[in-house]
Amino acid sequence: MNAVVKKVAMDQQWIEVGTVSDIPKDGARVVKTPLGDIAVFRNRQDEIFALRDKCPHKGGPLSQGIIYGKTVACPLHNWNIALDTGIAVAPDEGCAASYPIRMEGEKVFLLLTPNEGCPNSQ
Amino acid sequence: MKRMKLVMVGNGMAGVRTLEELLKIAPDLYEITVFGAEPYANYNRILLSPVLAGEQTIKDIMLNDVDWYEKNGITLHLNKKITRIDRKNRTVHAEDGTSAEYDRLILATGSNPFMLPVPGNDLQGVISFRDIHDVDVMVDAATNYKHAVIIGGGLLGLEAANGLKMRGMDVAVVHNSDNLMERQLDPVASKMLQKNLEDKGMNFLVGKQTEQLIGKDGRVKAVRFKDGQEVPADLVVMAVGIRPNTTLAESAGIHCNRGIVVNDTMQTYDPRIYAIGECVSHRGIAYGLVAPLFEMAKVCANHLAEYGIGRYTGSVTSTKLKVTGIELFSAGDYMGSEGTENLLLSDPKGGLYKKLVLKDNRLVGAVLYGESEDGNWYFKLMREGTDVSALRNRLLFGETHLGDAGHGGQSKAAAMKDCDQVCDCNGVSKGDIVKAIVTKGLFTLDDVKLHTKAAASCGSCTGLCEQILSHTLGGEYSAPEAKPMCKCTDATHDQVRAAIRDQKLTSIPDVMNTLGWKREDGCPSCRPALNYYLISTWPKEAKDDYQSRYINERAHANIQKDGSYSVVPRLWGGSVSVDQLRAIADVAEKFNVPEMKITGGQRIDLFGVKKEELPDVWGFLADRGLVSGHAYGKALRTVKTCVGSDWCRFGVQDSTQMGIDLEEMTWGSWTPHKYKMAVSGCPRNCAEATIKDFGVVGIDSGWELHVGGNGGVKVRATDLLCRVTTREEVLEYAGAFMQIYREEARYLERTAPWVERVGLPYIKTRVVDDAEGRAAAYQRFLESQEIYKFDPWAERAKGVDQHEFTPLKVVTG
Ligand code: SRM
Ligand SMILES: Cc1cc2nc3c(=O)[nH]c(=O)nc-3n(C[C@H](O)[C@H](O)[C@H](O)COP(=O)(O)OP(=O)(O)OC[C@H]3O[C@@H](n4cnc5c(N)ncnc54)[C@H](O)[C@@H]3O)c2cc1C
Ligand code: SF4
Ligand code: FES
Repeated sequence: MNAVVKKVAMDQQWIEVGTVSDIPKDGARVVKTPLGDIAVFRNRQDEIFALRDKCPHKGGPLSQGIIYGKTVACPLHNWNIALDTGIAVAPDEGCAASYPIRMEGEKVFLLLTPNEGCPNSQ
Repeated sequence: MKRMKLVMVGNGMAGVRTLEELLKIAPDLYEITVFGAEPYANYNRILLSPVLAGEQTIKDIMLNDVDWYEKNGITLHLNKKITRIDRKNRTVHAEDGTSAEYDRLILATGSNPFMLPVPGNDLQGVISFRDIHDVDVMVDAATNYKHAVIIGGGLLGLEAANGLKMRGMDVAVVHNSDNLMERQLDPVASKMLQKNLEDKGMNFLVGKQTEQLIGKDGRVKAVRFKDGQEVPADLVVMAVGIRPNTTLAESAGIHCNRGIVVNDTMQTYDPRIYAIGECVSHRGIAYGLVAPLFEMAKVCANHLAEYGIGRYTGSVTSTKLKVTGIELFSAGDYMGSEGTENLLLSDPKGGLYKKLVLKDNRLVGAVLYGESEDGNWYFKLMREGTDVSALRNRLLFGETHLGDAGHGGQSKAAAMKDCDQVCDCNGVSKGDIVKAIVTKGLFTLDDVKLHTKAAASCGSCTGLCEQILSHTLGGEYSAPEAKPMCKCTDATHDQVRAAIRDQKLTSIPDVMNTLGWKREDGCPSCRPALNYYLISTWPKEAKDDYQSRYINERAHANIQKDGSYSVVPRLWGGSVSVDQLRAIADVAEKFNVPEMKITGGQRIDLFGVKKEELPDVWGFLADRGLVSGHAYGKALRTVKTCVGSDWCRFGVQDSTQMGIDLEEMTWGSWTPHKYKMAVSGCPRNCAEATIKDFGVVGIDSGWELHVGGNGGVKVRATDLLCRVTTREEVLEYAGAFMQIYREEARYLERTAPWVERVGLPYIKTRVVDDAEGRAAAYQRFLESQEIYKFDPWAERAKGVDQHEFTPLKVVTG
C-alpha cells in the first residue's frame, strides 16, 4: 500500500494503532506519542498515510484539515501538503515528516521512525 | 494508452495559453507538436510597447522559453511556417518540408497588420508593429534616423509613437478621423488625450488621408497627403488595423468569414480542427485583446481534454493605454445609445474626466481619463450586470468612496513604491507582487494569490492587487465574466446551485458525477460550498457531510493558532442570568480554562480548551442549559441587543425580547457566510443594528428593518428595507430575507456584497412587495429549522462523532 515501507530496517517495531474503519473516510485521527502527535489519514480510496501532525508553515495540526485525493489542506492557513510524501504543494515549500504504514487486512500498523529526508521530524 | 497527436500552428499568446490550460487538466492525453513562424519561443506580445519605450527588455517579456516546451514533452518547431493542411491524411506541412500528423489540430495563427494600399508601402523603413522583428527595426531606426511618422491614431499607433518618442525621434501621428482612439474614447476624452500627448512633444496630423509614401534610394523619405501636404519620414509605422490571419485555413477549405468561423467550443467546420485567438470569428466577432482569447483558450483546452460543459459565449472587453503617465480606461458602450443615460464628471483643466453610461440601472459603458484605478471595479459591475441604483449618487467617485473604512484598495497602485506593503495579512509588498508577475508570467488574480499569498487571506487588498496586475501587464486581464467555482470544475456557483435544485441532486458525489468534476475528490474550496448548497437546498434529503466541512464547523469550536479550541456558549439576545454566569465560571474553573473574554458579539469566550476536553466541557454546559453559540460557523452567530424600553429612558420598543425571539427562531441555521443580527430599542441604535446582516431598529410606530450591513474589513451600512408594526411581521420578514439569502447567495458571499450584486430593488420585490412569496420563504426557513435547530454540543457530549475528539491511540514511553 505504501511504497516507502521498503526503506525500513527490520529491527524496528511496528505498532498496531487501530483499524481502517476507526478513521473516517476523508478524515484523520491522531496517535499521541512521547515525541509528539502523528496524524493518520484515510482518503476516499481507503489509502492510509501518516504524517507528523505539524504543518511546516506554522505548526498547524494537519489532522484537522480537509482531505482530498492524496492531499490535506492545513486548517490554519490553507497550505496543501501531499499525504504520501509530506511535501508541501508548490508554490509553498517545506515538508512534514512522513511515517511508514503497514497494513494487515484491516489493521493499521505504524512505525515511529519517520522516513528520511524531512527536517520537520522533531 | 497510445496518446493522440495534437498539432498547433501558431506559437502566440492564445495558442500557448491553450496548451498551458490543457496540460493542467489532462497532461497525458496528447503528444503535442507546435509550429511557430517566428524564431522565438512564447513571449508576451502586449509588452512589446514597454520594450519599444525602453522600459522592459525582450528577456523580461518571455512567457515560456524553449525549456518549458521540453519539460512538457512538446516538440517545438521554431521559424517554420505551415503552408498546407492535408485534411484527408490529417497532416500539416511547413515551407521547408517538415510535416506532422494530427488527430486534433489547433489553428492559432493570430492576425496580420493591415498595410495601407498606397504607393511606396513596400519601401524600406515602412513597417507594422506586431512582433519582435518590428521592434528591432524601430529601435534600429531610432539610433540612425530622425523622423518617424505613425499612421493610425489608435491604441497601437499611440503606443508606437510614445515608444519612438522615448527613444528620441521626432514623432508625428497621422489619423484619418478627427478624434484619436475613436473606437474607445468619446470626443471629450479623446481631445484630452491628444492635448496630453502634445505636451509630451508628439505632433498630430488629424483628419488627414495618406496618398503616397515617397522614397529615395529604396528607403522612405516622406509621406504625402491627399491635400498636398508632405512631411519628412525616415520611418513609417502602419498601425491602421489588423486582419485575422485566415490564409492557411482558407487554403484548406475551412469556412472563414472575416476570421475562421468557430462554434462555442472553438471548433471549426472540421470538428477535428480547433481555432483560437485573433484569427477566429466567433458569433461574428473577431477579438483583438488577450482577455477574451484567454477565455477561449480555457474552453478549447477543456474540450480537448474531453470535459463537457465549458462553452465560450463571447466577451465584453475593456481597454487601457500603456503609455506611462497617461491614465485611460474604456469599456463597453462608451458612447451611449438609445435608452442610455450618462453620469459625467468633467474637469478638463484638472485633467480628469469620467463618463459612466447606464441603461436600466446597470452600467453598460465607461470612459475614464486622468484616473483609471476604478476601471476594474466598473468593469466588474458591468460584467456582472449589477443593479447600481443604490450606488448611483456615489458611483462616479469610485469604489473607495463607498463607505470603505478599511484599507480596501484605496492606495493607487501606480503611485505606490515597491517597498510599500499591499497585503497586510501576509506581509507582501508591491515589489514582491510585481516581481512574481514578471518573472513567473502571472496573468490572473488567482495566480497572484497562489504565488505571493497577497489577497489570499482577508481579501481586502484584492482590488489593489488587480490594479498592480493591470499596471504591470498593461493589458486588460480581467477575470472571465462567469468564474468557475474552483479548479475542479467549469461550472459557476450559480450553475451548480441550479443543477442541485433542478435535478434534485442530494449528495456531493451526485453533483460531481452529474457536472463532470475534474478531480474526483474535489478540493477544500468546492467541497464545503457543495455541502452547504446541498443541505440548504434539500434540508430533509441531503446528508450533511462533515468531512467536507472546515474544521471549526466539523468540531463545533474555533481552532486557535496553537491547535487548541475556543468555546462560545449562546447568550440569547445578549441577556444573562446568574445561573448562566455561574455555569460559565464553574466550567472555566473545572477545566482550567486559561483565558476568558467578552466577545464583540456580547458573549463570553473560553480560550485554550483542548480538543479531547471539548465534549466534557460541552456536557457540563449543556447540563446547565447552555448551548452552542455557533461562533465557528457560516451560520447564525449572535443577535446583539441594547437594553430597550424595559429600562432605557429613550427606549420605545423592547429590543432585548425581540433579539431573544429572533435568536430562538434562527439559531442553528447554516448560511452562505456568517450571519449576524442586532436589535436596537430606538433610533439611537446602541446595538449597531445598521452594520448587521439583518438589523432591527425600534421606532414609535413599530420597527424599521435594515439589510446588508457589514462590519469587518470593509464597513457597509445597511439599506433600509421597510417598516413594520408587529413582532410577528419582524419575525416573518427576518426569516424570509434570511431564507432567500440562504437559497440564492453564493457560498462565502456575505449579505453586503450579495445585496450589492442583486440590488436592493430586487430584495424589496421579493421580501416586501410579494407577500405570498415572503410567506412561502418564511415557511421554507421554518421547515429547514425543524431539522437544523438542535444543539450540536449536547449531541457530541453524548457520544456523537467520538472519533473527532479522541486520539486513535496513545503510545507511551
Ligand atoms: C471572538 C470574536 C472577537 C472577540 O473576542 O470579540 C471574533 C473572533 C474571530 N473573528 Fe470576528 N470575532 C468576533 C466578532 C466580530 C465582529 C463584531 C460583531 O459580531 O458584532 C465583527 C464585525 C461585524 C461583522 O461581521 O460584520 C467581526 C468580523 C470578522 C471578520 C470580517 C468579516 C467581514 O465580512 O468582513 C472575520 C473574517 C472572516 O469571517 O472571514 C472574522 C473572523 C474571526 C475569527 C473567526 C478568525 C478566525 O478565522 O479564526 C476569530 C475567531 C476567534 C476564535 O477562535 O474565537 N471576524 N468579528 C468575536 C466573536 C463574537 C461572537 O460572540 O460570536
Ligand atoms: C504592440 C502590441 C500591443 C498590444 N497591447 C495589448 C494590450 O495592451 N492589451 C491586450 O489585450 N492586447 C494587446 N495586444 C494584442 C494582443 O497581443 C493579441 O491580441 C494577442 O497576442 C493575440 O494572440 P494570438 O495567439 O491570437 O496571436 P499571436 O500572438 O499574434 O500569435 C500568432 C502566432 O502565429 C504565428 N503564425 C501565423 N501563421 C503561422 C503559420 N502558418 N505557421 C506557423 N506560425 C504561424 C505568428 O507568427 C505568431 O507568432 C497588443 C498587440 C501588440 C502587437
Ligand atoms: S479582529 Fe477578529 S480576527 Fe482579527 S485578531 Fe481580533 S478576533 Fe482575530
Ligand atoms: S500552519 Fe499550516 S498553513 Fe500555516
